[in-house]
Amino acid sequence: MPQFLLELFSEEIPARMQVGAAADLARLAGEGLTQADLAFDSLRTFAGSRRLTLVVDGLPAVQADRVDERKGPRVGAPDAALQGFLRSAGVAREALTERDGVWFAVIARAGRPTAEILAELTQSLVAKFPWPKSMTWGTGKLRWVRPLHSMICVFDRQIVQAEVEGVRVGDISEGHRYMGARRPFRARDFDDYREALLGHFVVLDVEARKQRIVDRARALCADRGLELVEDPGLLDEVAGMVEWPTPILGDMDPRFLELPAEVVRTSMRTHQRYFAVRRPGLPGLAPHFLCVANIETADGGALISAGNARVLSARLDDARFFWEEDRKVPLETRLDTLDGVTFHAQLGTMRQRVERINALARAIAPLVGADPELSARAAWLAKADLATGMVGEFPELQGVMGGYYAAAQGEAEAVSEAVRDHYRPQGPGDTVPTAPVSVAVALADKLDTLAGFFSIGQAPTGSRDPFALRRAALGVIRLVFENGLRVRLGDLIASAQLAYDEPAAGLLAFFADRLKVSLRDQGKRHDLVDAVFALGDDDLVRLTNRIDALGAFLATDDGANLLAGFKRASNILAAEARKGALPEGVPVRVAAPPEEQALFDALTAERPRIDAALASEDFVGAMAALAALRAPVDAFFDSVLVNAEDPVVRANRLRLLARVREETRKVADFSLVSG
Amino acid sequence: MTPSGPRPSGPLSFQDLILRLHAFWSAQGCVILQPYDVEVGAGTLHPGTVLRALGPKPWRAAYVQPSRRPSDGRYGENPNRLRHFHQYQVILKPNPPDMQALYLASLEAVGIDPAVHDIRFVEDDWENPTVGAWGLGWEVWCDGMEVSQYTYFQQVGGLDVSPVSGELTYGLERLALYIQGVDNVYDLAFNDPQSPAFKTYGEVFLENEREFSTFELETADVEMLKRQFEDMERAVPRILAQTGRQGQPLVLPAYDHVLKASHLFNLMDARGAIAVAERQSYIGRIRDLCKACALAWVAVEEAAA
Repeated sequence: MPQFLLELFSEEIPARMQVGAAADLARLAGEGLTQADLAFDSLRTFAGSRRLTLVVDGLPAVQADRVDERKGPRVGAPDAALQGFLRSAGVAREALTERDGVWFAVIARAGRPTAEILAELTQSLVAKFPWPKSMTWGTGKLRWVRPLHSMICVFDRQIVQAEVEGVRVGDISEGHRYMGARRPFRARDFDDYREALLGHFVVLDVEARKQRIVDRARALCADRGLELVEDPGLLDEVAGMVEWPTPILGDMDPRFLELPAEVVRTSMRTHQRYFAVRRPGLPGLAPHFLCVANIETADGGALISAGNARVLSARLDDARFFWEEDRKVPLETRLDTLDGVTFHAQLGTMRQRVERINALARAIAPLVGADPELSARAAWLAKADLATGMVGEFPELQGVMGGYYAAAQGEAEAVSEAVRDHYRPQGPGDTVPTAPVSVAVALADKLDTLAGFFSIGQAPTGSRDPFALRRAALGVIRLVFENGLRVRLGDLIASAQLAYDEPAAGLLAFFADRLKVSLRDQGKRHDLVDAVFALGDDDLVRLTNRIDALGAFLATDDGANLLAGFKRASNILAAEARKGALPEGVPVRVAAPPEEQALFDALTAERPRIDAALASEDFVGAMAALAALRAPVDAFFDSVLVNAEDPVVRANRLRLLARVREETRKVADFSLVSG
Repeated sequence: MTPSGPRPSGPLSFQDLILRLHAFWSAQGCVILQPYDVEVGAGTLHPGTVLRALGPKPWRAAYVQPSRRPSDGRYGENPNRLRHFHQYQVILKPNPPDMQALYLASLEAVGIDPAVHDIRFVEDDWENPTVGAWGLGWEVWCDGMEVSQYTYFQQVGGLDVSPVSGELTYGLERLALYIQGVDNVYDLAFNDPQSPAFKTYGEVFLENEREFSTFELETADVEMLKRQFEDMERAVPRILAQTGRQGQPLVLPAYDHVLKASHLFNLMDARGAIAVAERQSYIGRIRDLCKACALAWVAVEEAAA
């Protein structure tokens, strides 16, 4: 079956965009083929630094014939209407058929050659490709991520006549810039193409590039008794920057290892994209780096290795300079500098922010079991490293450097740890601090941000969240949950609010939303989350315990039946409420029927058990007490008619049902539970 | 024939590096301009780039631009950081389709053989907010060191550009450090080491770094700078409102005043006289001045085209 091969050959595509580009190419091509009724066996895409490639196997040579029917005027309609229809449908009168008194035009469309459709598909792909950022070049109007030079566009080994402004379309591409023949090559199908690329020193598939990097890097390390520090994120990026990945193991001056490990790692990883190397079984890094070049050279990479080593030395020399200079200045002195740094036009300077976090950390420390003085001290120093030379040069080391500098000036360990960890958790994959002082400062940092931005009306809207407030709220939630903190969110918010004149309107509701998202992400049922949430509890630990107990209860036979009974009671009450006000007051014990009497007795007996269990937060116990209502409720519905003729009898029975609803509501709002 | 004169036996001296680049880009049809004689923070700000990138006319130019960044002053004590350094600037408008190949050939011309080095184009989207300019491109790495900035301009002076210019900026000191295999900028050979009057980079420029670092970081009179800034700011619209004998607005003199305002801002910044909150507002003021010049320039260019 015929194959379609498309290669879009351009100048260097940013590594971070390549995975998305491969997916977009597959999606757009798949949609286009489906719309054109072209079936295929398989569709694959590849992305690399200079090319995007699509290969579709098993396409038909020609699109299938199609018959379209168009509805026309009624039989007997004025001739002008019929003539108009014939013109617009482009058919002669003979081509009309009649059905149920209406004319239909039957338009047969012969299937078009697939190549024609592919030409159009290619043109539209290029025109609407969703690059995160695109550009024009030269004198043209075409947009692409970087200048697009040429395309291989072949179907069934024939060149497809696509026309894209200023781009050469045919069967020619180029391989590696510097290795091999450095001449263009031709390819008419995917096997030729992949073969030719390999011969021209290009590995097409990103997974193959990654494998090559890892295999060779491990081997290089093993030869010298070393071990590669694996780093999947860096591997993804590096594999997008090279066509012929060639790991090189370089050396660094061992004295640089006296610097904090994070500094060395950041220089290597963020600035230079080097992997770190260690000695198996030993802590810390080994004085080497592993860089991935895009070329194999005659000298085995000696010049490249030496050049990279010099660049790394220059960077680490800078870092050492900052490391030494920064420690000469006490952290609190840095607060003077922070006084000149605006945090936000309406929220004052960084120093003012530090003052707020300081007061807040002191206030909430007792709630989280932390020492107030240590918490306040840590908060006071938490942002000081923003004014140091090292963080100026390596912003991603904020917090980490503060921790080192605090330790260096003899702060308590709890303080330096809190300075280091107070930004955490910074994302879903980040760990949550557990030391009490760290927790207090981490909470204060996030709560101040939230209260501040909400107080000036900067709550996130839709996808816009420029101050990362969702992340901050989720951070608070995780700090509370993962440390099992027994605090009420409302109390925390109230403390943070004290620093602001305007109320942080909507902040508690915002937390509720984030919490729901978070609980759902943990796999809790939405309806149970909603049912417990409706009670308005803002103690997160209690809330989840309740959700878990409810889930377990509803999974039992008693739970499921009680839910059904509750719904029935609710429906009756709702129907009666529509007719007029429900009877007030409490039910009384009646002599008969026995089912009504039994329900009254069960409610009376279980009520104190439910209340006692809830008071001690024994939700399993509360559910067990509720379970005791199941049999009397079922029996009541089986044999008692609520809508009795006698209004007094009817009123008592309605009061009983209201009591059932009331008791279950102490545990959750069952009306929000589905099923 | 080597236009740069007799080839030195060792690696290229600092000035031979410049001469090689001149010869290379001259052969590509560039006009070889001289540095602009107003203080600028980057080679892009030379009117040969900022203004010529606007409007429809083709343009190819190359020049060295001494660039002044007062905040980077280190009193001549840091081997890698200078407050006054040299950029080699190339602008090709419209960018030719083989511009990347030309750039790589220029590296070969200065002795960087791409067969033994690892040359990479690493994403870096360039922008200069004070002149309302941005473009897409890369920093070019040679064995892990950034040696050039390569940009396709998309906007200048806040205006979309068409045709698009390709801009290359070589950091000459860095490139020379690399080519000469030297770790300290002041040890670079400025001219041929065989010369009877051989000079290192330090012998030519170290004293400048020492004196100007002190001046720019400690001595410059902030009140005077602020006054002068405001004078320049007022002058720009006034100059633009005047017309020359051919009826044109006086864009070039107005733009000189924008450059002066920009340098005055950099000096105030180095003196620590710009609060963080004021910074954006100053940059916005300069950008507005630049935009006014850009608009006037485009109007003249389009009328003439």
